Amino acid sequence: MTTTVTTPAGSAIAPRRRRADDVAGLGKARAGIFVAPALIIIGLFLLFPAVWTIWLGSTDYRLTGLQAASPEFVGLDNYVEALTDPSFWNSLWLTLIFVLFSGIIGQTLIGFGLAWSVRNIHGWTKSLIEGLVLAAWVIPASVASFLWLVLLDRRSGTVNGLLGTQGTAWLIDHPMESIIIFNIWVGTAFSMQLFSSALSAVPPSQIESAKMVGASGWQQLRDVIVPNIKGHILTNTLLITLWTFNTFTPYLVTAGGPNGKTEILSVYIYETAIPGGQLGLGAAISLIMLLINLVIALAYVRVSRGRTKR
Amino acid sequence: MAGITATQLVKEYPGGVRGVDEIDVEITDGEFFALLGPSGCGKTTLLRSIAGLEAITSGTLVIGDRDVTNAEPGVRGVAMVFQDYALFPHMDVGDNIAYPMRIKRVKRDERRSTAERVGDGLSLQGLIERRPGQLSGGQQQRVALARAVATTPDVLLLDEPLSNLDARLRLEARTFLKELQRDLGVTTVFVTHDQAEALALADRIAVMRAGKLQQIGTPREVFQRPNNTFVAGFIGSTPMNLVPATVEGGSIAIGDARVPVPVGTEGLVRDGQAVIWGIRPEYLRWSPTEQPGGIPAVVSVVENLGASVLIAVHAGELKFQVVVPEDQEPAPGDRGWIVPQAPKTLLFDAESTQRIG
Amino acid sequence: MTSTPTPTSTPTSTTTPPVAPPPNVRKVAANASLRHFLSRVAFAIVMTIVGVLFALPMVWLVLAPFDATPSLTLSWPDWTLDNFARLFENPYALRSIGNSLLLGVATMVIVVGFGALAAYAMSRIRIPGRDGILYGLLLLSSIVTGTAAMVPTFQIITQLGLINSYTGVVLVLAGGILPTVIFILKDFMDSIPKSYEESARLYGAGPFRILRDVVAPIARPGLAFIAIWTIVQVWGNFLVPFILLRSPDLQPAAVVMYTFYTESGQADLRLISAFALLFSAPVLIIYFVVNRRYGFRFHGGIKS
Repeated sequence: MTTTVTTPAGSAIAPRRRRADDVAGLGKARAGIFVAPALIIIGLFLLFPAVWTIWLGSTDYRLTGLQAASPEFVGLDNYVEALTDPSFWNSLWLTLIFVLFSGIIGQTLIGFGLAWSVRNIHGWTKSLIEGLVLAAWVIPASVASFLWLVLLDRRSGTVNGLLGTQGTAWLIDHPMESIIIFNIWVGTAFSMQLFSSALSAVPPSQIESAKMVGASGWQQLRDVIVPNIKGHILTNTLLITLWTFNTFTPYLVTAGGPNGKTEILSVYIYETAIPGGQLGLGAAISLIMLLINLVIALAYVRVSRGRTKR
Repeated sequence: MAGITATQLVKEYPGGVRGVDEIDVEITDGEFFALLGPSGCGKTTLLRSIAGLEAITSGTLVIGDRDVTNAEPGVRGVAMVFQDYALFPHMDVGDNIAYPMRIKRVKRDERRSTAERVGDGLSLQGLIERRPGQLSGGQQQRVALARAVATTPDVLLLDEPLSNLDARLRLEARTFLKELQRDLGVTTVFVTHDQAEALALADRIAVMRAGKLQQIGTPREVFQRPNNTFVAGFIGSTPMNLVPATVEGGSIAIGDARVPVPVGTEGLVRDGQAVIWGIRPEYLRWSPTEQPGGIPAVVSVVENLGASVLIAVHAGELKFQVVVPEDQEPAPGDRGWIVPQAPKTLLFDAESTQRIG
Repeated sequence: MTSTPTPTSTPTSTTTPPVAPPPNVRKVAANASLRHFLSRVAFAIVMTIVGVLFALPMVWLVLAPFDATPSLTLSWPDWTLDNFARLFENPYALRSIGNSLLLGVATMVIVVGFGALAAYAMSRIRIPGRDGILYGLLLLSSIVTGTAAMVPTFQIITQLGLINSYTGVVLVLAGGILPTVIFILKDFMDSIPKSYEESARLYGAGPFRILRDVVAPIARPGLAFIAIWTIVQVWGNFLVPFILLRSPDLQPAAVVMYTFYTESGQADLRLISAFALLFSAPVLIIYFVVNRRYGFRFHGGIKS
């Protein structure tokens, strides 16, 4: 052991300081080595693509042809093109409707309704209902899509059979309604589970005191439950919005058709960039999508931070 | 075996807060030493600094004849029993006890046999194959002790060794710990916030407050001659009565009453000096009739302690607590006199709160 | 409670109690219990309808694979296992399941390995701004979704020459999953008492030794959860392999399922139904087992 006791008091030397915050004697250097591989992968394949979009969106990059080899800088042309193209605005409008009805209204309300309804029942009925909703969420997207194609089939689909509407082509006559209901079916489980855990965390004593003063079910909901789970409602709404906005699964049901009637933004980008080959234009729209995501995510951060502060 | 010497030890946290503030302490070889104080006083930080789990900001720490101020924890020759015992849940009792030997590359068979021998010594027979989760609190503590002593460390550190046991088990474990320490003769430092535990177990006690040392002494010393009012109030199952008083003409004026100046402080106080007069409730007597040197008082609350009774009395503005035998129990509202045993009274300076004499 | 009490029932009925309560009290009680009963019935009906609506699309998945002549119409099957035999003869079907497993395991190894190391370092070393970095990463992973970043990802993977290779797919999937994994595991490791490591350290164990002997075994439940969760995520992922893989030989089941019903002229329902069930069953089983054992956990970015 080297024993140099000459260090003057108060001079904080790095190796001396180190140990206090470091239970395993890891040291900053080794900690850096531990963190590096994960950060490199995230940096290269998550952060870099996002940044790269900015450059890519200002070129005329194409999948094939001359521009594939030597793309040229075109400035804001792609953005001008996208923003003046009615099909872009149409897609944005469709996305809005899709998010509003399938995500915010459909999944949140039905999810809450389910959580509220099953909270007081026990045994197999509860397990069955929760299990069915959860199964819809867990089944891989490409299988779920096909199940809905079967369900809504024009000639022999179950829906037509049950409703006596043989020959109705739901996916052609009502494509948007179809993918909205499809997406509710797929995604409600999340809201249901979130609200279930939120409801179980509401102190029973609060509900009981409301009951003691004679509050009706509706009044209990309004005065006790909702204030208690306000944070969860916001969290749920924002996450559902983000996920519904970014889902690609409806493509597997309608492929954006017929005639672009279900071409929500994610499908629009895919059609433009990959089969359409216009990578530059696709990147420009991607950047718009990333910015919208950023806004939603920042709203989420604000909400959750406000909640932890309280 | 080794003693521990800390000189001007400082542990400063980022932000300038000192967990341990210029502590000087010398623990002799084989001593059972307690670090006592309220939570947040720095006693655990000092223990962890000795272990090497906290980096010492300044000062020196010597264990045996080696300066270990900057040494890695693994080379200091210390073993520690953590408050939560830190038994590895994925290893059985034998592997837990043998773990330090595994680090030191002791052969498997030897490890196991040492573990079993040490375990037997701590009455863990038949539990060697169990997992920590299947043991009672007392058994877990003995496993942690076994792991700590299996490699015969120079110094044994115990962080709140009895706090995770329930009240009944605690007394039993206390006796057990004291026996074990005496048998092993290992220098042992333990941390506790419970003054009764410190008084019962330790050869010497260091009382700490806000990172600073208040007093080091044997249990008897800290109990009978506390250095200051903090120690006086902290030690003892019922805190010492500490009342403001003044020195007046060779006696102490407490309210309207007069008591003699405590033995040994006669020449050290001057007339008119503001002091704090202290006496333990055990050293006060309750008398229904007037006594010389008694202070008139009225009983307000009577608490039964079993074989004795703790009464709270009012003497004018002042409040006292008195322990009286069960057969002399007064009733609330009774008037009488509290009578101090003169040799047991103490004086503290009102300003510095230090003991006079 | 079982028979329908009528609001007009009078105290002169058969079960007159010795001391009859005032008539209006009984009336209120009867009204309330009738209302209660009706609301129970309505509730049961609504729950049944909801249950049926959620179950309806899945009935085909359960029945058709076992039907000798499956059609799109729901019908009681003519029980057989021939469809699975047919499935095993199809060259793409089984290989795609293997591909999915390979992608899942490869991604899992990277994610669990690197994620655990990073989470451990972040849990135990106080780096300034650590929490900021952590939340930043999580935010990043929820913003840069597969759909929003498909164009630059496609372009970068093309430039790197990793198009049509598993390396590209695994790295892209790992990049998207890692932030969530680090976040969850850091949380988990924060909950492991530091005294375990300190104890080992006092006996002279070095950092890697501590990691191997103490941290990894104690963190095992968390690592196992992450491993399963990652495989489930990759198993169902459609978009990334759909964009980055070209050869049918390399496609995982999620993409092959899609090509089965879009690209073959006349959909072979016997094959598709059996394949859909085989492909869905593992995640369904895992999910319900995991859900029962560990309960449901909420962390950002679950299943996108």
